[in-house]
Amino acid sequence: MFEVRIHGRGGQGVVTAAELLSLAAFDEGRYAQAFPSFGSERMGAPVVSFCRIDDHEIRVREPVMEPDALIVVDPTLLHQVDLFGGLGPDGFILINTAKSFDELGLGELVKGFRHERLLTAPAGELARKHTGRAVANAALLGGFAALSGLISLDAVAGAIRERFAGTVGEGNVAAAQAAHAWVVEEMRELSGAASG
Amino acid sequence: MLRQVEGSRAVAEAVALCRPEVICAYPISPQTHIVENLSQLVKSGELAPCEFVNVESELAAMSVAIGASATGARAYTATASQGLLYMTEALYNASGLGLPIVMTLANRAIGAPINIWNDHSDSMSQRDSGWIQLYAETNQEALDLHIQAFRLAEELSTPVMVCMDGFILTHAVERVEIPDQEYVDAFLPAFQPRQVLDPDEPISIGAMVGPEAFMEVKYLAHAKQMQALELIPEIAADFKDAFGRDSGGLIRAYRAEDAETIVLALGSVLGTIKDTVDELREQGVKIGIVGITSFRPFPLDAVRDALSHAERVVVLEKALAVGVGGIVSANVRMALAGIQLHGYTVIAGLGGRPITKASLRGLLADAAADRLEPLTFLDMDWDVVNRELERMGASRESGPHAENILRDVRSVAAGPV
Amino acid sequence: MSAPAIRFYQTGSFAVGNRLLDPEQRSVQAGEQRMNSITCGHRACQGCGEALGARYALDAAMRATNGQMIAANATGCLEVFSTPYPETSWRIPWIHSLFANAPAVSTGIAAALRVKGREDVRVVGQGGDGGTVDIGMACLSGMFERGDDVLYICYDNEAYMNTGVQRSGATPPAARTATTQAVGPEPGNVFGQGKSAPLIAMAHEIPYVATATVAELRDLEAKVATAMEIRGARYLHVFVPCPLGWGTASKDTIRIARLAKESGIFPVFEARDGEVTDVSKIRRQVPVEDYLRPQKRFAHLFKPEPRTEVIARIQAGAERNIRRFGLLGDSESGRSESGCAGADGEGGA
Repeated sequence: MFEVRIHGRGGQGVVTAAELLSLAAFDEGRYAQAFPSFGSERMGAPVVSFCRIDDHEIRVREPVMEPDALIVVDPTLLHQVDLFGGLGPDGFILINTAKSFDELGLGELVKGFRHERLLTAPAGELARKHTGRAVANAALLGGFAALSGLISLDAVAGAIRERFAGTVGEGNVAAAQAAHAWVVEEMRELSGAASG
Repeated sequence: MLRQVEGSRAVAEAVALCRPEVICAYPISPQTHIVENLSQLVKSGELAPCEFVNVESELAAMSVAIGASATGARAYTATASQGLLYMTEALYNASGLGLPIVMTLANRAIGAPINIWNDHSDSMSQRDSGWIQLYAETNQEALDLHIQAFRLAEELSTPVMVCMDGFILTHAVERVEIPDQEYVDAFLPAFQPRQVLDPDEPISIGAMVGPEAFMEVKYLAHAKQMQALELIPEIAADFKDAFGRDSGGLIRAYRAEDAETIVLALGSVLGTIKDTVDELREQGVKIGIVGITSFRPFPLDAVRDALSHAERVVVLEKALAVGVGGIVSANVRMALAGIQLHGYTVIAGLGGRPITKASLRGLLADAAADRLEPLTFLDMDWDVVNRELERMGASRESGPHAENILRDVRSVAAGPV
Repeated sequence: MSAPAIRFYQTGSFAVGNRLLDPEQRSVQAGEQRMNSITCGHRACQGCGEALGARYALDAAMRATNGQMIAANATGCLEVFSTPYPETSWRIPWIHSLFANAPAVSTGIAAALRVKGREDVRVVGQGGDGGTVDIGMACLSGMFERGDDVLYICYDNEAYMNTGVQRSGATPPAARTATTQAVGPEPGNVFGQGKSAPLIAMAHEIPYVATATVAELRDLEAKVATAMEIRGARYLHVFVPCPLGWGTASKDTIRIARLAKESGIFPVFEARDGEVTDVSKIRRQVPVEDYLRPQKRFAHLFKPEPRTEVIARIQAGAERNIRRFGLLGDSESGRSESGCAGADGEGGA
């Protein structure tokens, strides 16, 4: 089973992100469970959502305590809430920001992880470019597809289109594709730098 | 058709497939998505003929259902927590009058203190209301149980509530198989009321009944639930024939046949317990599960048969009978009358506190080694409790409990994760 | 005005059912085909105003609906005395659910009839003042707000009679009840704000609101018939004296009701869409004292010494009604000048 935890604030589409991820997995024939942390909905309050993906029925219902991947939609949460709790050394991290981990003050923290699995991506900017709004959730999923290989970009695009009709859907698909390409490029550079 | 949808949506679609004629509901978290979806289906014309009545309270919701059902219409409503309490009088009225209303209960804690998260205190508070209570383990079972519930209710002329854990199931997006209309139509015939308000054949419904007849009338509600003990497995078997899956029934055992320790629970927590039990089994612990689907009527015989060979039973429940302890365990004890086995009550998950595999692993290991107290509160912060008790002992004007405790645990830190 | 003016009536006996009228204009009770929706054998007190009002109202409704009608009843005197187990005196389809929910049950019945395409069948919800004005107010307001096709009839005997004469939101000032006893410096019910259910109904701007008394039973019948010509939420408030609770002679029920109207204590009117459209004028005004004296529930206003200031306050209330609703004027019934009485507090003729 692969467990993802998504952090953000109310209004940033954190719950939708988990749903879209689950939908993408479903479209690829897998089992997926997505649910939010059930806080009282309030714009700006920290929100967490969860997604589990597996090849058989998922029975467990607890919040994701030991995620295999973290997606952070709002970097302002970084030093306020313990986002990284339970993340194993092989975990993936994808943060929505133009800054690097060092610039975010996380240089020490990420030393315990596999550096090729940790990325920051300016998903919000890509989203704004393609949809007119800096709602980064769909873009982040495109980037996450590239980073983790857990689901395909096609499945992410399909899920976005199922959930959002017309130009909103297409804009978000474009943002997801752009973020995907961005991450692929970043990963290439990282492995090139490592081996070079 | 196989779909990946929110539990609430799945239930709304299942209810719509049952061709309800009057839907009347008052919004309350976490049931809101169910009634919102149904209102959309009615307003768009997808669900027709159907009257969707926006009522002014939960008491009104159940009352509108009573009037509609008494006039021969298939009636449905949904609520949770405080809303269930607000319609309590009407619950007893509906069951006493023998009206086959079906209601979704999105299980949620009852205040004070006000809390919108999941536990079973709401449905447990109405266990004696005369309503049949069925508890869903998954969203698939939740939607399936609604289809079975209409048939059960109408065959017996008694109301049925389908309980599904609020947020945990209602707001979880997962894979479900939603049946086709023609299959549901074949499974669920049109409503044929046992009594109906009809100008062509006038009857009086709801007369006062004095001591000379009240016991007999009241007993009929019990008699119907005794019939339900037979009918529920029959309907589940028919459902399996028609739709190809196990849903419903009285209880469901998991790896219990040779178990020395059996965990008994209701609702979605069974999934987490199953994963934990699999891990423990791999370590050689002889542990199994009995999940209760039908809590009312309580399947005394089935529970007895399932538990009698075990050495101990751990009843894990999401409600507290203040002043005495467990509710489900009291019912289980009745089933085990005359049988010697260790019984442990574990109160867990109140007000939505997550029940984790980690906690369960420790708990069940203790249970298997008989290291548990008869009554345990899982993951209770006793320091916090004791500090408040000290405050109360130190001063008469100790202040409101909730605020004191929240300040103590610094509620910001007691965030979602 | 809904009822035709009565030109011939026998003085001293207040007999109704004028034989010189066309059959359609006669009282429903005058015909041998009358429904007897609530038939004899019920357990109401001798002289019960509610039993009288209910019989007239429901039989009129049955005639107006061609017998296609279902009734929902709140808990209360009417429900209890009409269904003493194992008997029922109802000859119409009838359901009693709870105290607070008769309007909501009525809504449910109407919804079921609509979904089944049986809108030819009409719905009457009914209850006493307690079940309507107090515990049933939320459900009543909800039904009004949705405009459900229900005629709701309140039989107002101004207290919780069935449970032993306790005070309700409809209990008038100074009245003795079991919970507003005639003791202490201010005996009887306090002078509160009152709660006019007809005005509340009008505030919802429902198509038809009317008040009536059991002193003018033809008027009551006519108003029920009018109400049944209309679709949507309708409200009828009927003043029904209670000999037991009010301490009046059982033979005086109709007379007391007439005095309530003629003193201005109980305005009789009709309203459409939130505005008063017709008023039944006071024929010959009487001082409130004439109304209060025959009732033991007001005995403490006269003995051991007359409480003139309390009586004066009650009189002032009656005068206010007269002014607001235009209850005095030509002997012909007519419109009050300003229509809706009450929105700005100053209304009335």
